[in-house]
Amino acid sequence: MVGILQDKDRIFTNLYGLHDWGLEGAKQRGAWNGTREMLKQTPEWLCDQIKASGLRGRGGAGFGTGLKWTFMPKQESERPHYLVVNADESEPGTCKDREIMRNDPHLLIEGCLIASYAIRAHTCYIYIRGEYVHERERLEAAIKQAYAAKLIGKGNVHGWDFDLHVTHGGGAYICGDETALMESLEGKKGQPRLKPPFPAGAGIYGCPTTINNVESISVVGTILRRGAEWFSSFGRPNNTGTKLMAISGHVNKPCVVEEAMSIPLKQLLEEHCGGIRGGWGNLKAVIPGGSSVRMIPAHEAETALMDFDSLSALKSGLGTAAVIVMDQSTDIVKAIARLSYFYKHESCGQCTPCREGTGWMWRVMERMVTGEAEMREIDMLLDVASQVEGHTICGLGDAAAWPIQGLFRHFRHEVEDRITQYRAGRPHVQGASLQAAE
Amino acid sequence: MSVRRLSPNQPASFEFSAETKKQADWWISKFPAGRQQSAVIPILWLVQKQEGWVSEPAIRLIAELLGMAQIRVLEVATFYTMFMLEPVGSHALVQVCGTTPCALRGANELMAHCKKRLGPKDHLSADGKFYWQEVECLGACSNAPMAAINDYYYEDLTVETLDQVLDEFAAGKPRAPGSVIGRSGSAPEGGALTLSDASLYDGTRAKPIKSLPNAPKPSKGAKEPAQ
Repeated sequence: MVGILQDKDRIFTNLYGLHDWGLEGAKQRGAWNGTREMLKQTPEWLCDQIKASGLRGRGGAGFGTGLKWTFMPKQESERPHYLVVNADESEPGTCKDREIMRNDPHLLIEGCLIASYAIRAHTCYIYIRGEYVHERERLEAAIKQAYAAKLIGKGNVHGWDFDLHVTHGGGAYICGDETALMESLEGKKGQPRLKPPFPAGAGIYGCPTTINNVESISVVGTILRRGAEWFSSFGRPNNTGTKLMAISGHVNKPCVVEEAMSIPLKQLLEEHCGGIRGGWGNLKAVIPGGSSVRMIPAHEAETALMDFDSLSALKSGLGTAAVIVMDQSTDIVKAIARLSYFYKHESCGQCTPCREGTGWMWRVMERMVTGEAEMREIDMLLDVASQVEGHTICGLGDAAAWPIQGLFRHFRHEVEDRITQYRAGRPHVQGASLQAAE
Repeated sequence: MSVRRLSPNQPASFEFSAETKKQADWWISKFPAGRQQSAVIPILWLVQKQEGWVSEPAIRLIAELLGMAQIRVLEVATFYTMFMLEPVGSHALVQVCGTTPCALRGANELMAHCKKRLGPKDHLSADGKFYWQEVECLGACSNAPMAAINDYYYEDLTVETLDQVLDEFAAGKPRAPGSVIGRSGSAPEGGALTLSDASLYDGTRAKPIKSLPNAPKPSKGAKEPAQ
């Protein structure tokens, strides 16, 4: 067996699309089983079960899903409630929700129904990123099947009127932020809103809204079928459950795999991905949670566990559990500079520190790549990064600062060497030794 | 931010095709009454599917259809980078992902090849058949490097296989999208190492569940769901 999690405990049993994605196939694998029983319970019971399972949001922030649901008003007023599923998967390294939507769409649809009932919503929108055209078509087809089988829709067999719609974005990373997503869903530029008001008070169209990640919603049905204790038996306390992990970069066999939380990072890479290209000793650094978290060097990757607490203790984060692996051949400064370009490209332009700061940081990073920078600019860059971090409406400013901070935390000497080397042999560069002048 | 402007060369007019209009109405129907603005991104996308790109007359017509100020549609069209603001290749719009996970596995070589074969990025190729771009993460990182060609993903590319795929598009006979090395989705190369337990697929899981774990006893369980 590879990894920790046994096949019998996997939620996403059609992760690789080897079986029928449609309604019949999904039912055969256990989807829509017992859903009617679930909707006979009270919304409070559902929230309590999800809380007890320890499910933390799978979109990156790791906020308790059950707790988030309880923020919704207890009674529906004249303003309808909405569930919005965040399928705007754009974090570099992350490609897990895509597998759910194209291969196990019925788990998502079932989860939407259950979660909507738990928050007393009759309408749900799935906001999928615009580039996922195939995934959107697949999802639309699966929803059509569910409507035809009266599993969802008005007067469905579950006794909770429920409409599910898919909508899509236009290629903006920022719309993965929940408030930017709401703006985009309303047909505007995806510029994040200030909080408060929080979405549970005033979300889309000014109505109470809960926004959850695709994976968070898709696991709900199975958690209720098998029990909160089953789910919380995986991983360490406060980091429970199973998780889709996407591994990319310099491993022999990149893949997406469902694993138990708190699996050692080394075991994940060695057993599921055929190890690092050129052996474990060839590992340089790992970005363990999507591009927005700080990298960890090889010696820390040796003992790191894939969970929220272990990685934040290393000043990194679990994020979306998207592991980007870099071996010794990597130009690590260039890799981070490319991420800086990404954030510069994706900044929505609303807050000055981010709009100006991301471009500034990228330009300095590009000079660091060649070594054509000054030593004092390293501290200046870190200073600017810390001023962008925490001074913007949404998290993009933080996300732009963290990769750079991670780089200098562990590989500052590499940048310094590069600057020194660039200067050696270039007497005309200010500050270089002027041996040739004699 | 990416700064995007409308093309200086605009057509005189734009009309929705019957199919586009039908689809647009379907999108509008998804949203509550009075919230038709929510359909602006999907409708811009439909227009792009119809014409290949989004022109200024189209933006005006969409504004009219949705009862929006033209500037609001214009700012959406220029904010979202998926909308092409100038004509693209007749055979293929090639979008190579250049972000770090793809770059680690050879996206820079793919882009160098595109440049060699098709000319500079963000321009029509000399024969007018292709238009290529470097785009940001497309979310297929475990199948890197990859490119989206006319909306669908071609994954696990090398310079050679990309070249073949481009040849096929030039000839008008593209292969089915997906991994060009035959991986099933994002399974590890050589076949999945997990999900081999036959009892997952033999219907064991479909046996009706009589009572849910932790469910309160029947007095409450038998109650009809609250409406």
